[in-house]
Amino acid sequence: MYKDWDIIITNRSSLLNIDLHEVWRYRDLLAMYVKRDIITFYKQTILGPLWFVIQPLFTTIMFMFVFGGIAGISTDGIPQAVFYLAGLVCWNYFQDCLSKCSDTFNANQAIFGKVYFPRLVVPLSIVISNIIKMAIQFTLFLAVYIYYFASGVDFHLNMTILLVPILIVMLGCLGLGFGMIISSMTTKYRDLRFLITFGVQLWMYATPVIYPLSVMKDTYPKYIWVLVANPLTAILETFKYAFTGVGEFNWLYLGYSFAFTVIILILGIVIFNRVQRNFMDVI
Amino acid sequence: MSNTVIEFNNVGKQYILGTIGTGTLSQDLNRWWANIRGKEDPFLKIGDTNDRTQKGDSRFVWALRDINFKVEQGDVVGIVGKNGAGKSTLLKILSRVTSPTTGNIKIKGRIASLLEVGTGFHPEMTGRENIFMNGSIMGMTKAEIRSKFDEIVDFAGVAKYVDTPVKRYSSGMMVRLGFAIAAHLEPEILVVDEVLAVGDAEFQKKAIGKMQDVSKGEGRTVLFVSHNMAAVRSLCTRGVMLKNGTVDFIGNIPDTLDHYLKNGEGVQKSKIVDNIKWSKNSLKIDSIRINDTEESSSTIRNGQKSLKIVIEGSTEEDMSYDIMMTLKSKEGIPLATYAMGHYYGNIQHLKKGHFSLRRELELPNILSKGIMTADLYLHHPMVEYLMKAPDCCTLESEGFQQGFGRALSQEQNGFMGFNDYEEK
Repeated sequence: MYKDWDIIITNRSSLLNIDLHEVWRYRDLLAMYVKRDIITFYKQTILGPLWFVIQPLFTTIMFMFVFGGIAGISTDGIPQAVFYLAGLVCWNYFQDCLSKCSDTFNANQAIFGKVYFPRLVVPLSIVISNIIKMAIQFTLFLAVYIYYFASGVDFHLNMTILLVPILIVMLGCLGLGFGMIISSMTTKYRDLRFLITFGVQLWMYATPVIYPLSVMKDTYPKYIWVLVANPLTAILETFKYAFTGVGEFNWLYLGYSFAFTVIILILGIVIFNRVQRNFMDVI
Repeated sequence: MSNTVIEFNNVGKQYILGTIGTGTLSQDLNRWWANIRGKEDPFLKIGDTNDRTQKGDSRFVWALRDINFKVEQGDVVGIVGKNGAGKSTLLKILSRVTSPTTGNIKIKGRIASLLEVGTGFHPEMTGRENIFMNGSIMGMTKAEIRSKFDEIVDFAGVAKYVDTPVKRYSSGMMVRLGFAIAAHLEPEILVVDEVLAVGDAEFQKKAIGKMQDVSKGEGRTVLFVSHNMAAVRSLCTRGVMLKNGTVDFIGNIPDTLDHYLKNGEGVQKSKIVDNIKWSKNSLKIDSIRINDTEESSSTIRNGQKSLKIVIEGSTEEDMSYDIMMTLKSKEGIPLATYAMGHYYGNIQHLKKGHFSLRRELELPNILSKGIMTADLYLHHPMVEYLMKAPDCCTLESEGFQQGFGRALSQEQNGFMGFNDYEEK
């Protein structure tokens, strides 16, 4: 008798057997997860989504005092507020995606242990719900940008601005990819979880968030390869260049970042997919 | 035409005992190396069957091994077995929470599992939001949930609270809401694990009714795990009994439950005397015979008039005693008790030394067909217990039947039948 089975549960499956079709079937769940993240964020708060704005605003003010004022690090002639805010908006998005995604298995083990749905939905929803947070912070950035623009600062707005949506997607994908890899590894070896908490902080200093690439080039030309190897460098520099015309814009660097992002994302999905089937036994 | 919707082929699941310690990285590398050379996983060859009571030699155990069976469409399969027999592991593999170590399962149709009510509720979100959230976790689309929304709220009885965060719900409301969502799902296969253990009696009844509708009315397949034998009996059509990770018995539900109770939970040892749970220090019991045997399972024949109890042993002090025996149904519901001390105040006395106590109970004329378990006690009524042996043996009654008659069954007709009254 001919039988067409819908599901076959086995131990073995090919490495690249990723059921994106199934993720699509669960798109309503994806939407629910995004909605849940947004709703629960500001439940029982007075200021609500305003908190998304307050955090980068005050961090920027602190940066202006500490790094701009006391340490006197140059911002390449860009107003400090615009410079730091641009860096922070990008970095925050990446960091949120990374740290939340890297906790996927751990934070959801109760629900993952009870029902099946494509696990990929959860990290994807994190990236998407953080885009909304990012959009609010980006609006803040634009407001500050327009304020300085109106008060006569000469920004060299250029065509690179068309790349900005791609830059944001790249940031999200990098956070997603790295996050999924770390999340998969921490199910069995928890060491990485400790690494991630301070590793992310260190990573920020190895990324041109609070200083421009040009300063690094002048001060430590020997170690510039560290920054160039960092896939975030090109993204942040291009972002700042797009709005201000100051900074490094280099197709080679950006191309490298892009390739890096694609590889990390694919690697992340493959590892994540492999771990999800058995992680309940080891976590 | 038979229509198989689930097929288990040699399904096995291996676990490693103890904490994951230093050994794992080297074992991982070992596995990986064997995998690269195209060899079999070196750790699959070893491993014990999963008998918790005995200390094994190996750190690897098989929680499930060589599971083979098929489920037809519309079957309601009850999976029974002692704690640790592998029931939940089987359902976990089936609902794809974890994957099997060996073998495969083939499934036709959409499968949804209800492993524990209320998982996936977010306490900060309202009932309404949680219904949508939980429904989509179980694989429903938004449109499906919207069309069922009123029914779900109605079934759960939380209409008033639907826009309140679920953290303000009572635990009962949470459970009802969780079950209501799952019960209104429309998968072809529903997997249910121990959900009826929670909730009040009224809700349990409602839940069982709903599950019956699902299976009978709509022809969907249900896999059900429960220790509630009454629920299993009333819901299921077929049964699978697991024992130490392997399939011990497959059949229709009455046969499976009979098999389970004969080999299962209550009666553990094959000798009645080994099933004594407690006895007074001064008392030593050498042997117990019930129904002319020391074995813990025996048959009451068609037309058998009496049941003999013989207890032999010795005592270091004089004692007053009576023998009490209670027969219970498979579900543990008491059916009848023999207790002369309680009825008449008849108490016997024993001198120090060896004793042999004999009793012969009059059995009802018309005893139904079915399996009973017996609790046996030696006690001084209202004063103290001397020996307790609950669930010490099972008695299988063939049932009374004469001529063209038919034996009544215990489940449907009760413990015994009535005769016409005749003045003696």
